[in-house]
Amino acid sequence: MAISVLAYVLPLDCRWYSVSHLSVQERIDKKRKAALVGGGQKRIDAQHKRGKLTARERVELLLDPNSFVEYDMFVEHRCSDFGMEQDRNKFPGDSVVTGQGRINGRLVYVFSQDFTVFGGSLSGAHAQKICKIMDQAVMVGAPVIGLNDSGGARIQEGVESLAGYADIFLRNVTASGVVPQISLIMGPCAGGAVYSPALTDFTFMVKDTSYLFITGPDVVKSVTNEDVTQEELGGAKTHTAVSGVAHRAFENDIDALLNLRDFFNFLPLSNKDASPVIECHDPSDRLVPGLDTIVPMESTKAYDMLDIIHGIVDERDFFEIMPNYAKNIVVGFARMNGRTVGIVGNQPKVASGCLDINSSVKGARFVRFCDAFNIPIITFVDVPGFLPGTAQEYGGIIRHGAKLLFAFAEATVPKITIITRKAYGGAYDVMSSKHLRGDMNYAWPTAEVAVMGAKGAVQIIFRGKENQAEAEAEYVEKFANPFPAAVRGFVDDIIEPSTTRKRICRDLEVLASKKQVNPWKKHANIPL
Amino acid sequence: MINAHGCCCRFLLKMPGLVFVKESLVSSLPVQSVACTAFMSHFSSTQLVIKTCRKMGIQTVAVHSDVDSSAVHVKMADEAVCVGPAPTGKSYLNMDAIMDAIRSTGAQAVHPGYGFLSENKEFAQRLAAEGVMFVGPDTHAIQAMGDKIQSKLIAKAAGVNTIPGFDGVVKTAEEAVKIAQDIGYPVMIKASAGGGGKGMRIAWNDEETREGFRFSSQEAASSFGDDRLLIEKFIDNPRHIEIQVLADKHGSALWLNERECSIQRRNQKVVEEAPSTFLDPATRRAMGEQAVQLAKAVQYSSAGTVEFLVDSQKNFYFLEMNTRLQVEHPITECITGLDLVQQMIRIAKGYPLQHKQEDIPINGWAIESRVYAEDPYKSFGLPSIGRLSQYQEPLNLSNVRVDSGIQEGSDISIYYDPMISKLVTYGATRAEALAKMEDALDNYVIRGVTHNIPLLREIITHPRFISGDITTNFLPEVYPSGFHGHQLATDSRRELLASAAALYIAAQLRSQRFLLSTIPQERGKWELCVELGKDRHNVEVTRSGNTYTVSLSFSFSLSVEVDAGRVEVSGEWNLASPLLPLTINGTHRMLQCLSREASGEITVQYLGTSFKVRVLSKLAAELDSYMPEKIPEDTSSILRSPMPGTVVAVAVKAGDTVAEGQEICVIEAMKMQNSMTAAKTAKVKSVHCKPGETVGEGDLLVELE
Repeated sequence: MAISVLAYVLPLDCRWYSVSHLSVQERIDKKRKAALVGGGQKRIDAQHKRGKLTARERVELLLDPNSFVEYDMFVEHRCSDFGMEQDRNKFPGDSVVTGQGRINGRLVYVFSQDFTVFGGSLSGAHAQKICKIMDQAVMVGAPVIGLNDSGGARIQEGVESLAGYADIFLRNVTASGVVPQISLIMGPCAGGAVYSPALTDFTFMVKDTSYLFITGPDVVKSVTNEDVTQEELGGAKTHTAVSGVAHRAFENDIDALLNLRDFFNFLPLSNKDASPVIECHDPSDRLVPGLDTIVPMESTKAYDMLDIIHGIVDERDFFEIMPNYAKNIVVGFARMNGRTVGIVGNQPKVASGCLDINSSVKGARFVRFCDAFNIPIITFVDVPGFLPGTAQEYGGIIRHGAKLLFAFAEATVPKITIITRKAYGGAYDVMSSKHLRGDMNYAWPTAEVAVMGAKGAVQIIFRGKENQAEAEAEYVEKFANPFPAAVRGFVDDIIEPSTTRKRICRDLEVLASKKQVNPWKKHANIPL
Repeated sequence: MINAHGCCCRFLLKMPGLVFVKESLVSSLPVQSVACTAFMSHFSSTQLVIKTCRKMGIQTVAVHSDVDSSAVHVKMADEAVCVGPAPTGKSYLNMDAIMDAIRSTGAQAVHPGYGFLSENKEFAQRLAAEGVMFVGPDTHAIQAMGDKIQSKLIAKAAGVNTIPGFDGVVKTAEEAVKIAQDIGYPVMIKASAGGGGKGMRIAWNDEETREGFRFSSQEAASSFGDDRLLIEKFIDNPRHIEIQVLADKHGSALWLNERECSIQRRNQKVVEEAPSTFLDPATRRAMGEQAVQLAKAVQYSSAGTVEFLVDSQKNFYFLEMNTRLQVEHPITECITGLDLVQQMIRIAKGYPLQHKQEDIPINGWAIESRVYAEDPYKSFGLPSIGRLSQYQEPLNLSNVRVDSGIQEGSDISIYYDPMISKLVTYGATRAEALAKMEDALDNYVIRGVTHNIPLLREIITHPRFISGDITTNFLPEVYPSGFHGHQLATDSRRELLASAAALYIAAQLRSQRFLLSTIPQERGKWELCVELGKDRHNVEVTRSGNTYTVSLSFSFSLSVEVDAGRVEVSGEWNLASPLLPLTINGTHRMLQCLSREASGEITVQYLGTSFKVRVLSKLAAELDSYMPEKIPEDTSSILRSPMPGTVVAVAVKAGDTVAEGQEICVIEAMKMQNSMTAAKTAKVKSVHCKPGETVGEGDLLVELE
């Protein structure tokens, strides 16, 4: 307090000696004030009317109170064409707010595009500001969160704006796997701009007020003659359920930002950081009696894999990633005894939990994120195989299925696998099997590890023979149980389902010091 | 035997599971000396029987359907036999399969539990034919009491009060008055041909009788072309009070006092108590003696229940007799100290009654709440289904007994009765038993299915219930526009908001507690905004204790300023536990956290009812006004299933025009049919269900244009 008074008083005393000092202080204050209102009250009101918050309000909600440290508040665009050089077209800070702050005490770098300044359009200066915080985030080892709300390139600047995008893309790529990068789309994001979120680890959207597309409905109409609304083309619903571009959508700005804070708590700050551990009230040795009866007697009957996940993880708290896309696989973050883990599970409730193109890609990307950031992976297996059919084969299920296989095989983080029921065919191998360096592989008593279901198997082994039913019963007796895998050491133990949480927590303690290194390479060549 | 003062938890509940009783293991008890095998059917009852049998040294066999193979009663029994698939007709009611099971296990006796085959005379006959003992009354008693009209005639002949009435041609008003006087006022007069309560008139004196006669005879002649009138005793403020009897095969019988079961919905009991607040010793004795007379008249043996309707003047009238163990029998066990299942097995074995009438005490007070998996906000309870993701009975409390046939992870399916448990509390006085019930309901954790605890807790704390002023119409009288949960008063609203704020702060503080990270500065003050329904409340929280601790549990002492009122909240919470005990302004309360979202939405169960609140920081609350309002789906053109069940019939097809209120389809679940009607006059756009299909709650059935 005393210091600030002094600082204030000093220039007053100096005014008799130096006129220029006085004017600098005034100019500083003026610029700061101008930066805080962005494009002006009128545009702020318009932003609010659209149901959206301003760039600064968003940052304030996202970060811990009073933790935001702003960078480049005085940066202005450098365009001198089309009257842009006039004072009224200069906005201190230009169309983005950047800086760093804390989420629950942990460091994060943030940029928040300001739609009230030239529609949030990306100028060279705007890009430069973003690049600055990204460079520092990588150096320091802290995640980057982008709050996107931009009409696109600053057309007045032409190629300078394009260069700005490319500068950001490059940084997105070099930072990938070094620090977590999260994009929250809170308004339009179109054209080349979409590739920055696409390169980040997670893309979240706000329902009804955000759009992501390469070209808007007008261009679509003129090129392909399709009639489509913005919402249908690139709204939150489309991208979370159909395209798989976005990982999750939230109701509105506030809901999205609060959820982002929650999500952030699951992430390590960088690839040098261990998986974070938070204070846990849930006993690590808690038994889960409900799990003993969860797998139905008939192996054709469905159950909800989420019931298993919720029962096992800390406090039933599971942050699901892509809950509405490729629902036959469930992925998301949870904690075990306070430590963040990544969960992957086949979902018997949807398409019997089979693996298809979309679920393989969804699973693979998640597994690779976990591996990159030291997050142990827990896999729940109930998979009848890969989905057959021309649609899948023509779509390249071989190529896409290989991604999931690649991701699990490549991962060196602790890997714990629980076979709850079916583990059939190649899909058994893929789902974090012992053969792909699974650290602890368990089977529940209901597990069936086999090449295929009894019926199909019998039709091949005993083709044309009578007594198919008898043969089927024999096959079931022989293979529809965990023993064939257990006697070969392909599962480490057959465990009571109710003890699963206890076992996983204990294993994670042991595996915390796991060290495994893949051979030196420039990078692997995942089948893209 | 049950200790009347320590209601031990040894009951059963839920569905049918037959128990067979097999070979006694020990022979020191009289009953065991006869090799006996009991079968039973009904989960909760089954468990109860198994427990008693085990005590008596009798081996048991439980029967079950394939979906119940991992049910508690199946695990408890010495042996278990699957008698078929889930639909009861193919399993628990499949006599052939059950007889096979008896033969294959060599069971010597069958205890039918309640429901299913417990009152089926054919089953009793088939058992008798194979020389298997049926733990229950003889066939002739089941038959005699099974028919409503016949049972009334038998009761009347045995000197039991029946509802007096006259059904025939009444010529003059004076004749009507005479009949009415003979019956005793008040009387109910109506045309015999008129169904139900149609055209019913109540007369409290001669004048009203004359008037009622005029209207009713006119109506009888004009509307029905049938002169006959029905004049019957009108039971005002009826209460359902039943007498437990116990009779042996040697002609002796006892009455074990009454149970009051007036709190009902759709003729199903919800809350029962023993004894009744309404009966005086003389009435109790009169009712008991009549019940025993009836039992003797039909040569009854085993435990049975004689149901009476009682009017405001303590006149009582026979309704019917149940020839089985009843769901609510535990409260009788609590106040008398008798184990009814044990008594039934003894009687079935031919032993004479152990007790004399004067040995039967009324010790204290017992209350039973039927905890159902149903939504109390819809017609006081429409079935709900689901998987019990979390389930914790309040057995940490003394004098609480829970009979359930389920456990965490159990599926509540559409195939059976939706009862989760019978929750019994006991106390030296009624007030004590009620307070205990309040506690027990607050401590009962049920997640995964909708349940009726909100309704139960409202009933037992309602001033009318507390004063004993109840009738069988209690629910519609007290909640004429349906049940809407606990209505918050100024104080309780404040307490709720303060508790929610404390929970929010607890979660916020903990979310900063990372291992190896610097812990942020402790905060001492929070300015929050808590939303409840459409109302917003400014809530200012300050730390009133020296400090709070977060590790392992969150212990706190906060001073909360809500709407210009101050609330002191303190407690020690494990945030992983669904139960959050706290002290609010000196009163101990149990708060249950149902959900806690990152968005600030918190759902808590408080005073039995679940409340959804949203806690926001002051900043978020200010900015919240800019958020666009989401337009809710127009529900008048969409018909969704109100409960899980089977589609029985679909009355429309796409393109049909339906009128408002017209039946569109019928959904059946748990023996209940629900007619779904159109909310507006419109054309049917599309039909999304077929007869025979199973639908979940909220599933789209039909869309209108």
